[in-house]
Amino acid sequence: MSEAEKFNPVIVGFLCNWCSYRAADLAGTSRMGYPATLRDIRIMCTGRLDPTFVLRALQGGADGVLIMGCHPGQCHYQEGNYKAIRRFALLKRVLQQLGLEEERVQLHWASAAQGLLFAETVSRMTRQIQALGPLDWKHNWPNEEPFMLLQPYLHEEVAHGR
Amino acid sequence: MADKPKLALYWASSCGGCEIAVLGLHEKILDVAAAFDIVFWPCVIDIKYADVEAMAPGSIDVCLFNGAIRNDENARMAHILREKSKVLIAFGACACGGAIPGLANFSSREEMFEWIYFQSPTTENAARVFPQRHTRVDEGELELPAFWNTVKSLSQVVPVDYYLPGCPPEVQSIELAVQALVTGELPPSGAVIGLNIAVCDECPRERKDKKIKRFYRPQEIIPNPDECLLDQGLYCAGVATRAGCNARCPQVGIGCRGCYGPLDGVYDHGARLLSAIASIIDADTAEDVEAVLETLPDPAGYFYRYYLPQSLLRRKARENGQKKSAAEKKPAAAVAD
Amino acid sequence: MSEPRVGIYVCHCGHNIAGAVDVEHLSEWALNLPHVVVARNYQFMCAGTGQELIENDIGEYGLTHIVVASCSPHMHEKTFRNACERAGLNAYLFEMANIREHASWVHPNNRSAATSKAKALVSAAVHRVLKHQALEPMRVDILPATLVVGGGIAGIQAALEIADAGYPVYLVEREPSIGGHMAQFDKTFPTLDCAACILTPKMFDAGAHPNITLLTYAEVEQVEGYVGNFHVTVRKKARMIREDLCTGCGTCWEKCPIKVVDTVFEAGLGYRKAIYRPFPQAVPKYPVVDAQNCTYFSTGKCKACERFCPTGAIDFEMQDEIITLDVGNIILATGYDLFDARRIPEYGYGRLPNVFTSLEFERLTNAAGPTGGKITLRDGETEPQSVAIIHCVGSRDKAYNEYCSAICCMSSLKFAHLAKEKTHAEIYNFYIDMRPIAKGYEEFYHRILAEGVHFIRGRVAEITDEAYTTEEQGKLVVVAEDTLIGRQRRIPVDMVILAAGLEPRRDSQNVSHMFGVGCGDSGFFTERHPKLDPVATVTEGIYIAGACQGPKDIPDTVAQGAAAAARVLGVISQKQVQLEPVRASIDESRCSGCRICNNLCPYNAIEYLAELGVSRVNGALCKGCGTCVAACPSQAITGAHFTFEQIMAEIDGILIDAGDYEPNPIEILA
Repeated sequence: MSEAEKFNPVIVGFLCNWCSYRAADLAGTSRMGYPATLRDIRIMCTGRLDPTFVLRALQGGADGVLIMGCHPGQCHYQEGNYKAIRRFALLKRVLQQLGLEEERVQLHWASAAQGLLFAETVSRMTRQIQALGPLDWKHNWPNEEPFMLLQPYLHEEVAHGR
Repeated sequence: MADKPKLALYWASSCGGCEIAVLGLHEKILDVAAAFDIVFWPCVIDIKYADVEAMAPGSIDVCLFNGAIRNDENARMAHILREKSKVLIAFGACACGGAIPGLANFSSREEMFEWIYFQSPTTENAARVFPQRHTRVDEGELELPAFWNTVKSLSQVVPVDYYLPGCPPEVQSIELAVQALVTGELPPSGAVIGLNIAVCDECPRERKDKKIKRFYRPQEIIPNPDECLLDQGLYCAGVATRAGCNARCPQVGIGCRGCYGPLDGVYDHGARLLSAIASIIDADTAEDVEAVLETLPDPAGYFYRYYLPQSLLRRKARENGQKKSAAEKKPAAAVAD
Repeated sequence: MSEPRVGIYVCHCGHNIAGAVDVEHLSEWALNLPHVVVARNYQFMCAGTGQELIENDIGEYGLTHIVVASCSPHMHEKTFRNACERAGLNAYLFEMANIREHASWVHPNNRSAATSKAKALVSAAVHRVLKHQALEPMRVDILPATLVVGGGIAGIQAALEIADAGYPVYLVEREPSIGGHMAQFDKTFPTLDCAACILTPKMFDAGAHPNITLLTYAEVEQVEGYVGNFHVTVRKKARMIREDLCTGCGTCWEKCPIKVVDTVFEAGLGYRKAIYRPFPQAVPKYPVVDAQNCTYFSTGKCKACERFCPTGAIDFEMQDEIITLDVGNIILATGYDLFDARRIPEYGYGRLPNVFTSLEFERLTNAAGPTGGKITLRDGETEPQSVAIIHCVGSRDKAYNEYCSAICCMSSLKFAHLAKEKTHAEIYNFYIDMRPIAKGYEEFYHRILAEGVHFIRGRVAEITDEAYTTEEQGKLVVVAEDTLIGRQRRIPVDMVILAAGLEPRRDSQNVSHMFGVGCGDSGFFTERHPKLDPVATVTEGIYIAGACQGPKDIPDTVAQGAAAAARVLGVISQKQVQLEPVRASIDESRCSGCRICNNLCPYNAIEYLAELGVSRVNGALCKGCGTCVAACPSQAITGAHFTFEQIMAEIDGILIDAGDYEPNPIEILA
């Protein structure tokens, strides 16, 4: 287990402004400790969560993504979290097809009063990701060009795209 | 203007449809021939790699490169043509985004070879004959290009100046590009030559409120000819796919496949489709949503049909537990380098 | 545009942040982030001196973007935005990194982990702020009229405050008269003022006020628009009475042959006619025809009222009227419903005749009530010799409502006093805790104690008519554990009063949707901030007052009514209102008219323009949730201040040290 303990996963969090972000604030105000694995990004509502954000985080080196919003029926914008439920369900299926373990991307709810639930959720997910190990997605496509590149080919007169 | 600008066309990992699309210009191909000096087009002109390698850097004015990058040979030609060409255009969906060859990124190289050479029901290979990188023959050593694990788009291998998506690009799109090249009125470097609006804009079908209670596969219903296919529960990528084809597929009752790819500024075509399609599912609880999704098999295949290599995640995790130590990995066959 | 110049300010927050995060190292490290020209750390950024630091640097270094790494944006975002504005920098070119609540306070024992996390959060904020754009709040004109929904004491108070200030008010009430629950009460705690004596003048004032348009027997059906410009549809139900002719003389209900049990005002203890005025002091004074029970409506005959009406005010042909109102602000004062005591079968309400609810008791003891104020058992004659009052019925109980209903302790004390005074019965109060918490309440409790009322601390397990002893014969036996002496007790009594809790209105979910206000777990409407913004809601221009926000007594209800009115008057006096610019907008050149977004907006802010083949967001209706932004398959919708580019940059920044990440790569086609 020492190997797993050494591994400090990076979890990118997407927290809605009204419930889960405030739950995180409350966890702080109440000094409820949890692992320093979560790095959170505030969005107004889980309805704003573009699946692109999740993919970007995974591609960019995150070992997991935690999305948290208001409990169903309590969305600050009435129905935004229902859209999050729909998108998450489909995203889960796509990620599964891409070979990602289910625990890597999770959707949970916490009201502004549930600081403890928030802290517990982060702790639990951290343990789950530690058990899975690092994701390190970019190692899925190592440089597979074994031959030598030709001489530098960029011509000054052509401004290339990258 | 003494010399005509020099044009090269190349075919990497693709079906050849793009070459035919160029010929689809019909008599306008003569305009191309009149405007350009075609210096390299292996499909049409007898020319060797050595000939193009011998050309001076930058001596080709425009190269239309179609096909994805699947192996060393594709990549090598991409580098050579990049060096020789002033303007390199990713021509067609494969070069732009990996497209159909890129669907191989849902498998690993080992899985594919295992299936193709040993497991598929139509294969009898008791002797386990298997292509090798190097084969000795009397005349010397034969070499097969190394087969990559991951299919890449052209721009993931070399810098690309312009993109001309489509499977294949429609005649009107090619004309647009030729026009731009001939007149020199080129968009900013790195741009897609074409429209920046989705297929719906060109689709004559009437769109109403979108609420999907279940999806249908094309064989399951006869769609109403005047209504939006997506409104009727038929998967259609037109909402998130660049226009330019005149809504060819939806016009004949088949949902857009997505070959023209996403609009400018989109990082992940599949994610845009995923988000849009999921948003209009008419269910609010996880169970109800799951029930609707049961009617949409292979969602990743739908959403990433043309742009998986060019997506953020690019491919499937190479194997379950890819994090396990290399020693535990057991390649299906000793293949490639 | 010239190069951006970012300033970073790391707050120590005394020891709160500096105790767990290496603030010196953090600010030094932050200098390496893109476009950072100033990075400081300071004891208290929110103090005047801290804010001046920012203001001075903006001037001195020509800073174009500001990041403050301190506490939650819910705490001080506004503070620092104001500091930026004072220095002439647009408030939206500022971003906060929450390194206190989300780092130092939750990782206090791991300095290196807390510091790395703070770095990631600061990096995220810098990457994000570089994508920020200057935004200006939207301004809209405000219509001077206000709609008040609900004519109880909260609504009456609010309406009067606004009307007295000289602005028009529409007061909509579902029942035939305003007055609400308070009109049903006898006395009010703790002063024992007669409820009618203090309420009736206010009802009269509301009815007669030149600035108040009373719409009773009416319900709001639809609300459109936004702060300053609400468009409200009200259904005024057919009273069958022409208000211009009726004098309220009472002949009609005297002549009406149909007697109906009055389940609303008399709580089922009395009768009214099929044409009736709910109570004598009703405002307006006009009666209403109860079409369900009226003989004419079932048989086509009778019309006794019409024949005898001296002014010809009865009109059986009258139809519901649809009225549209244009108002600038709305106050919801829809009140509460009483907990239905039948839901607790072991208390026997509805089965054991002499178990009463608190509202029934209010009517029993009311001099204008069905018994003329005589407290009797269900037979209408017998005076009880002993009365048990059960507190917390349906409240403070996870099986029903977890919350405290706030008023039951005091109303139970009031009942004890009234019952004792009128019947000299033995009174037993069964309570969990006594919570007489407001001014004069504790003193009232002591007064009742001195009057010889018994208090038994324990939740009642059961009320039964099954006697164990002869003493219990024919009585209601209240079974409870007396937790002060640690024994189970059985107290035989003649009458039981259930102090039923307060619940949200049964239709509060619908109302919350119609007006776009949230309701929490319990179903009461949610205030914008539980402490600092108690009568505003998340929907600008919509305020809440009274028990619809949560259980409360009359003084608090009146205070909230007045507070909501003050907020409305504040808005009206500005003539214009500023709206947060966090809103969606559609790039129509990029919109293909796919209509994915059309059904997603809970505020119906998205409109499809068929002739143009594009969708458009009504910025004033948009609340900025971003659901449509995430859904748009063409990425044609931008959510201001939460744009795609901003959030993507934030992700890139937050992962600055994760993996072999190259920041800001060009990803795809263009």
